Order: sequence, then structure tokens, then C-alpha cells
Amino acid sequence: MENLIGLLVAAPLLGAAVLLCGGRRLDRSGPWVGTLLAAVSFALAVALFADMLGRSGEERTLTTTVFSWVPVGGFRADVGFQLDQLSMTFVLLITGVGTLIHLYSVGYMEHDERRRRFFGYLNLFLAAMLLLVVAGNYLLLYVGWEGVGLASYLLIGFWQHKPSAATAAKKAFLVNRVGDMGLSIAIMLMFTTFGTFAFGPVLEGAGQAGEGKLTAVGLMLLLAACGKSAQVPLQSWLGDAMEGPTPVSALIHAATMVTAGVYLITRSGALFDAAPTAQTAVVTVGAVTLLFGAIVGCAKDDIKKALAGSTMSQIGYMILAAGLGPVGYVFAIMHLVTHGFFKAGLFLGAGSVMHGMNDEVDMRRYGGLRKYMPVTFVTFGLGYLAIIGFPGLSGFFSKDKIIEAAFAKGGTEGWILGGAALLGAGITAFYMTRVMLMTFFGERRWQPDADGNAPHPHESPKTMTVPMVILAFGSVFAGGLFAVNDTFLKWLEPVTGHAHGNPPVSALTVTAATMVVLVLGVALAWARYGRKPVPVTAPRGSWLTRAARRDLLQDDFNHIVLVRGGEHLTRSLVYVDHTLVDGVVNGTAASVGGLSGRMRRLQNGYARSYAVSMFGGAAVLIAATLLMRAV
Amino acid sequence: MSPAASVHSLWTVAAEAPQKIPAPQIEYAQLSPTLIVLGAAVLGILVEAFLPRRARYPAQLLLTTVGLIAAFAAVIALAAGGYGTDKAHVAAMGAVAVDGPALFLQGALLLVSLIAVFTFAERRLDPVAHGRRVDSFAAQAAAVPGGEAEQEAVKAGFTTTEVFPLVLFAVGGMLVFPAANDLLTLFIALEVFSLPLYVLCALARRQRLMSQESAVKYFLLGAFSSAFLLFGVALLYGYAGTVSYAGIADVVNGTTRSVDPALASTTGNDALLLIGGALVLMGLLFKVGAVPFHMWTPDVYQGAPTPVTGFMAAATKVAAFGALLRLLYVVLPGLRWDWRPVMWGVAIVTMVVGAVVAVTQTDVKRLLAYSSIAHAGFLLAGVTAASPDGVSSVLFYLVTYAFVTLGAFAVVTLVRDAGGEATHLSKWAGLGRRSPLVAAVFAVFLLAFAGIPLTSGFAGKFAVFKAAAESGATPLVIVGVLSSAVAAFFYVRVIVLMFFSEPKADGPTVAVPSALTSTAIAVGVALTVVLGVAPQYFLELAGQAGTFVR
Repeated sequence: MENLIGLLVAAPLLGAAVLLCGGRRLDRSGPWVGTLLAAVSFALAVALFADMLGRSGEERTLTTTVFSWVPVGGFRADVGFQLDQLSMTFVLLITGVGTLIHLYSVGYMEHDERRRRFFGYLNLFLAAMLLLVVAGNYLLLYVGWEGVGLASYLLIGFWQHKPSAATAAKKAFLVNRVGDMGLSIAIMLMFTTFGTFAFGPVLEGAGQAGEGKLTAVGLMLLLAACGKSAQVPLQSWLGDAMEGPTPVSALIHAATMVTAGVYLITRSGALFDAAPTAQTAVVTVGAVTLLFGAIVGCAKDDIKKALAGSTMSQIGYMILAAGLGPVGYVFAIMHLVTHGFFKAGLFLGAGSVMHGMNDEVDMRRYGGLRKYMPVTFVTFGLGYLAIIGFPGLSGFFSKDKIIEAAFAKGGTEGWILGGAALLGAGITAFYMTRVMLMTFFGERRWQPDADGNAPHPHESPKTMTVPMVILAFGSVFAGGLFAVNDTFLKWLEPVTGHAHGNPPVSALTVTAATMVVLVLGVALAWARYGRKPVPVTAPRGSWLTRAARRDLLQDDFNHIVLVRGGEHLTRSLVYVDHTLVDGVVNGTAASVGGLSGRMRRLQNGYARSYAVSMFGGAAVLIAATLLMRAV
Repeated sequence: MSPAASVHSLWTVAAEAPQKIPAPQIEYAQLSPTLIVLGAAVLGILVEAFLPRRARYPAQLLLTTVGLIAAFAAVIALAAGGYGTDKAHVAAMGAVAVDGPALFLQGALLLVSLIAVFTFAERRLDPVAHGRRVDSFAAQAAAVPGGEAEQEAVKAGFTTTEVFPLVLFAVGGMLVFPAANDLLTLFIALEVFSLPLYVLCALARRQRLMSQESAVKYFLLGAFSSAFLLFGVALLYGYAGTVSYAGIADVVNGTTRSVDPALASTTGNDALLLIGGALVLMGLLFKVGAVPFHMWTPDVYQGAPTPVTGFMAAATKVAAFGALLRLLYVVLPGLRWDWRPVMWGVAIVTMVVGAVVAVTQTDVKRLLAYSSIAHAGFLLAGVTAASPDGVSSVLFYLVTYAFVTLGAFAVVTLVRDAGGEATHLSKWAGLGRRSPLVAAVFAVFLLAFAGIPLTSGFAGKFAVFKAAAESGATPLVIVGVLSSAVAAFFYVRVIVLMFFSEPKADGPTVAVPSALTSTAIAVGVALTVVLGVAPQYFLELAGQAGTFVR
């Protein structure tokens, strides 16, 4: 079975190679080729899953070394895979959701001339993401990590004719570089500490290494996670990334790639457990981001950007849970999977709405769409109920556990984290209800665009609705399936370990409180957007709204501190370069040139002066020789 | 003893001992390389005298080529016979050494000369004059430039085929020069190779006045320096009572067995030794073109016919450095602490002046002349190492430099306009666009001059600087590297000019050479690359050849 792991990665990689190198002949069949190879990968994943279930909990990990990659002296890096329950969960999510989104894209990208390339990039992403989660060591993980970054860049900027898309792609790439730098430093530190990159020895040896070093590694890993998972302070790229085609937003910027940070932290759990300072940093980042994303989500009128804020916030929950240690790992991953279903479904729903509305994204120009798009409405609605944590649906089970675990941290810290998580749940209910109401309820507010084309909202084709329906099933039932008998807990526990948390108040109280804030959030949203008509032009709003519309001033902050600061730095460096460095260089050159010109004059062409020079030279030579003896 | 009395005793002692002059014992076989070359030269004179004009060119070319190849074969045979290592000894009654450095340099000289002769014989470059192909040399050297006699000679299609025997004589002298084991042989060898060179310099077909001016300057200054050298020889004889290298070395070391009573008052007088040694050194430094005895170099390199310049730049340097090495390593090792600081100074000044003045040159031949001065400085850095590594690194550097130089000057002969060779650098602008191959080849030579890795220039320079640094001459190496940096500027500037400037509308054309020049250039490129990529074998060869016989 070990050999199948390689094939898992190879299938979409082959697809990417074929589609990107294949040329125009594949223009017509390309989308189906890409989808087929994604499905092959999914089939392999299912086969591996079935095989894994056949073994007992402790023996489920498969490891294999394909070849020795960099054998140089004491430095040894292998291309090796490790497939355990944690990886398996991701593999199933990635290939499953990935295949559905491939299928959806067949319809969504039907009219795009460059769709062959699009599917090539999607396959490339799948390959890189799978490599990231099945890699058996940190160095190979890094390859996948960079690979998904590349695919993300290519797909955000897929419509590169739009300057905004090109800029957004660049922004995502640059911000991600900061995180990637963290990962590379973390890997180097690991090598100097443990002498290896492989997961096994590194994580087993975590106990012996000094805490200072582990803290450094942990913080660097956290930086990496912040970059890839759009956590504060490296969150700024995710909103702009919505410039990419909607299936990309669903697959990469909601369900899979942005959760790579959670994977990284969970995978490195043993390191974090031994470095409490780093763990505190992780939970802080998670708590801040979950509120940050939620507030941003409240103010956005662009449906995709509102969902992007929500993604940020939900990943904040996962990071928070992962930072809680063994109490939270399982719930982080569980929320990750359920979020994968409902957020992908929500994005696909948003894409379906846009598809029917001439690519309009402003929710203030939607309204009352439930009559025109019944399937989209129902699936989106189920996703909505799941994300706000409606009892019985997926989000309810996973989010509730995280809030509980946050309270269980204990002490003041526990109250702060739990309170933040609880507050986040309320805000989530508010902004998601807002999205729901503005899009599907109320009056129709769409108008002809500049060219006079009025949108004719209609239901999307089957290739798009079928994936939405399947994801809706996931949104409804996944959480319940996972929670019954602690199935998911038992499944993942052998890898991540689990400790039962003891919240200061009973679990029931936490659930009740969650329900209260949920109802409050929904009610508030209803009061503001359900009862009153929604204005087509956005009102000015309070200072908080205005700040939230500007992504809580994150870009302004980056611009003033980083961009301006960077510009000043470069300008002063250029100044130093021009005056000092070039001055020295040019001065040297000028003085050599001047000296040369003067010495050249000695060469006047007269044999007599040459003879004098020789005579003088001989005299000096003799004098010097005699002098040497005298000294 | 008063000075007058000592002079008197010199006369009387000499007169009182009627000597029986023994017949010299000559090991002809061991001297065969030189003898073959000189014999071929004499045959060349006979060819000039007796063969009809038409037949002279092919006959001379054949004779010269065969002579040089045969001499090279003789060198190889001697080396294979162990004369370079265990059988090394001094032949011809102590006049000529047959040892590793001598054979190595003789072999190099013969190969260099062979390639140079190819460029001498090139007849495709100049436009056809009155139905005959002509080479770079004057139709009739004795005719007044621009006069009627000259025009008649051109019309008659005369060519100066005497260049071939002249070259052979020069080569003969050069072969003896680095092998000379006493001061008189050294002087005679110097004159034997200098005189043909003076003549050759005057033989340019175009710009004859400039050519003749250069020859006169070269001759005057050469004679001047010869006088210094000869004076130095006299003083050294006064010091040691002998002109043999070994004899002088014995006196220097204080191990001499017998002192000529006539010279007893001067023998061992260190003032004579130091002044004489300095003067002899000066004569050799003139030939290698070291500062401040370098001033003839740019003028002569520019005025001489380009094939002669190439030959001179390559072969003279090999021969003169060979002689310099032998003098310093065999005669004066006991004086190491006296001559090394002085040679340090000369090396530093030579590197700096050569590199710096080259920066403002506008003529490619003058540029290469100053570059040769700078390279003389680099070589001197290796010479001052006073170690076996110093010898072998200089030997290796000489070979690499000689072939690069020959190739570079051969390329210069190709770039022509209506006035002959277009040597002004402004005319080379954009050459890379028009003739990428020629420009690329020239660029390879320039990079080798600059000492860029993967060219022979790097390997040579590295070896020389390494030897110098290991002997404790770190400041010298620092100056050398800095000078190399300055030198890299003007080499690369030419490359930039060739490849990144717009070609001029009235720019020069690149003539298509015959197989002769092509061979010369191809050999240059091949050796530049081979010695740059895989220098190990040749470095080892030079290392084996690095021991002087005493």
C-alpha cells in the first residue's frame, strides 16, 4: 500500500504536466482530464483509507522512503512519505473537496478561453497540497508548502488582465514569503538541534532539546502558519486573494491551503507542548484573528470578501484550538474538516450566485434570490446554519468543543480565550445572517450595469449544483458523524494524543451560552437587515464599520510601517550606495584614470627620454641594491 | 697593492703564462635543437641567394616549419632521454646548460615560434597587389617609404621572404638565452636574437615610417641596455674572476677553491658584485619589459608588423624570463636577501604602471603592449618567490601567456579597413554584432589575460601568486590582485565595446584568413581553454622541469 502514497501525489502532478505542456489540443478535453485525475487521486485516497481502517489504531501509520534526495556528508534528506490518521484526514478532505471543485469548475469556467491552464494549475495545487500533508519530513513538507504557494499565486492572478488580480497575486506571494521564511528558519533550527528533518526523530526528541530553542522553532513555525493561514499579523492577503476565480477561493482559500498552518502546528504538536511560550503565542494569534476576521466579515458588502473574513475567523478558531495542546488538537482538525465542507459549499454557492448575476459581487445589489436559485439557496442555507453552529449541524459540534476547550485552559487565560471564542460565535451568527439576508431575502435590488445588461438570475448548471449538494450533505452530517461515540477523537487520538479538558463551568452551560449568543447575533442581524430594506449604496457607518471595511486598517498599517519604512530604507540605502559606495568606486576609477593619463604623458615617443628613464632606472636599481646591503 | 700595480700584475701574469688552448669539447647531440634551428637559418639564407623569387616563399615556409619541428623533436628526445632531470648537466665547456628549465623553455619557444611562423606566412589578409598575394611585410625593405623604388617593388610583386631566416636566427638565439650558463654566452645569445628582431620590426608593409621608427627606437634602446649588461658582466668578472655562473656562485657563497692571483685584489669585492649584478639584471629586465625599462614596448609593439609583435611579445618574454630565472636562481641565490627586495619593488612598479597606463590606451596594439608589461610584473612576482614552486609557476605562466598573446595578435591582424589593420579601439565597436566568432575568440583571449577562471590565464596567475604568497611576499600578491582588478577593467571594456556598442557604418571588416592564421588562433583558443580547465598535467610537467643544474 505504501506505493500508493506516491501515486496519490503523482496523479494530479501528471495532470498538471499534461495540461500545462499539452498545448491547444487539450483545450476541449482539458477540464475533464484534470477532473479525472483529481478523481483518481480521490479513489486512491479511499483505497488507502479502507486499508488503514483494516489495521488497529497504533499500526495505522505508513512510512516509506522513495529515494535519498540530498545525501551530502552528515546532511541527509530523503523523499519519504508518512501517512497516518492526521495525513489521511487531510488527504480525504483535499482529494474529496478538490474533486468536487474540479467538477464545479467545469461548469464555472466553461466560457473561459484559458480553462485548460486553469485546470493545470488546480491539479498542480492538488499535487503540492498532497505532498505537503503526506511528506515524511519537514524539508519535503517545505517543498509542498512552497508548491501550494506557487499554485495559489498563479490562481489568484489567473485573470491577470485585471490589474487588481495581478496585484492581489503579488501581494499574496509577498506576504507568504514572510511566513515561508519563518518555516525555512524553523527547519534550519531543527536540523541544528536534532540533526535531521524527519518527523519521527524530531518530535520524539523534542523533550530533550532546550526550551529556548524549541520556543524559537515554535515561533518560527507559528510565523509560517500565520502566513499560509492568513492569521494576524500576516492576514492581509486573504481578502485580496478573492480576485481569483471563485472555485479557487473555495478550494484553496477556504477549504484546504489556508488550513496548512493548522496542519503544521498540529503535526509539530510535540514541539509546542514542550514550549509553553510558543503555545501562548499561538492561542493569542488564534483568539485575535477569530475576532479580527469576524469583525471584518461584518462590514464587507462583497460577498466573497465577507466569506474571506469568515474564513480567517474560523481558522482563528482552529489555531486557537491547536495552541491549546492535546486538549484541542483533535477539535482543531475536526473543525477544519467540517469547515472544509461548509465553507467550500458557501463559496460555491457564492460562485453560483455570481454566475447567475453577471459576476456581480456586491450583496447590496442582490436580494430575494431564493426564488430564482432554489438549489443554491438551500445548499447555501445549510452551509449557513452549519457555520453559525445551529444545533445538530456540523459546525455546532466542532465549534462548541473548541469553546469548551478554550474555557478549559483554566485561570484568567481560560476566561479570556473562552470569552473571545464565545463572542466570536455571536459575531459569526451576525455576519452570516447578514450575508444570508442580503443575498436571498428582501427585495430585488439588482440593476442594469453600465452596458445596460440587466442580470437574469438563474440556477446554475448541474456540474455546479451537484458538488454544492454533496458539500451540503457534508455540512449537515459530518459533525454529527464525527461526534457520535467520539468517532473522530478515537480516530485521531493515536497521532495527536488527547487530554480531556475540565472547563470551570459545565459543558452544558457552555453550550447554553453559545446558543444565547447565537440567537442574539441572528436577532441583531435580522433587526438591521431583515426588517428594514437594505440601501443599495452603503451608509457611512460608524468608525468601526469604516475601519472594518478597510480590513481594520491592516493595509494602511502595512503601508505606513512597512511600505513607507521600506521605501525610506531603500532610499537611504540607494543614497549611501550612490554617494559612498559609488563615490569610492568612481573615485577610484577616476583617480586610476587620471593617474593613467598623467603617466601616459611620460611616454612621449622620444627615444632620448626613454633612454634617460632607463638610465635613471638603472641608477635606482643599483642604489637600491647597495642600500639593501647597507641596511 | 696600489691600483697601478695591480693592473700591471694583471698584464704580467697574463703574459707570463703562455697557455695551451685546449680544443673545446662540444656535445653536439645535446645542443641539437639550437644547431638545427641555426642550420635551417643558414639554409634559408642560401635559399634567398639561389632560388628564384617565386619558389622562395614555399621553400622558406617548408624549411622553417621542418626546422622548427625537427628542433622540437630533438627537445622531446632530450627530455625523454632524461636530460631534463637526472642527466641534466652543463654542456659545451660550461657554456650551455641542458636541464629541466632549459628544455622546457626551449620546447615552449619552438612551439610558439612555429605558430608565429604561421602568422608570418599568412597571405590572404592584405588585398591582392598586382595579381599577387602578399603578406604583412614590405615589398622591399631597403626602398625608401613612398619612393619610386618601393612602388616598383610592389608592382613587381616582391616580398621579403628573408623574414623566415631572420626568425630562425632569432629563435636560435632565444634557445640559447635561457640555457646560457656563463655571462658571455648570455650576452651573445642576447645579441643573436635581438638583431634579427630589430630588422623584423622595420619590415611592415603598411605604415612603414612608423615601423622603421619603432625599429630604430628598439635598436637604440636595445643597444643602450646591452651596454649596461656588458658593463655588468665586466664588473662581475672583476668580482669573481670568471664569467661562469657556477664560478660566480661559488665566490658569492665563499666556497671557491682557487682565486686568480691577478684578480686577488678585486675578488670578493661586494660592491662589484652588487653593481654588476644589478646591471646584468637591468639588461634582462629591459628584455622582459619591466618598469622603468619598458618604454620601448608600446612604441615597438605598435609599429612592428603585427605578426612580429606577436612573436616578440610571446617568444622574447619566454626567453628573457628563462635567462632571468637562471641568473637569479643559479648565480645569485646567495644574494637572495639583496636582490629580492629590489625585485619586489620592480615587480610592484611594473604591475601597477602596466595596468594603470593601459586604462587610457586607445589602440589595441598599445593596449596589449601595456598588458604585456603588467603581465611581466605578475611573472616577476613569481620570480621573486625564490622557491621551486616559483620556478615552475613562472614556467607554466610563460607558456599560457605566450599562446594567449600569439592568438590575440593573430586576431588583431584580421580586423582591417582600407588602411590595413584597424587597430584603433573605436573601430572595434560593435565587432561582436558583425563577426561574432572573431569577437568571441578575442573575448576568450581577453578573459584569459584578465585571469578569469576556466581560462589558462587564471591557472597561471593563481600558480604565480600562490608561489609568491608562500614565499612570504603577501604585499606583492595584494598589489598583484589589485592590479589584476584594474587590468580586468580595460580587458572587459574591450569586450563591452565589441558586444554592446552599435557597429559603426564605416567600421572595419574582418578578413577571412587562410588555414595558417586560423591554425594559430585555434591553437591559441584550444590551449587557453585546455590549460584553464585541466591545468594539472602541465603544472606537473612544469614542476618536474623546475630544477636548475649547477
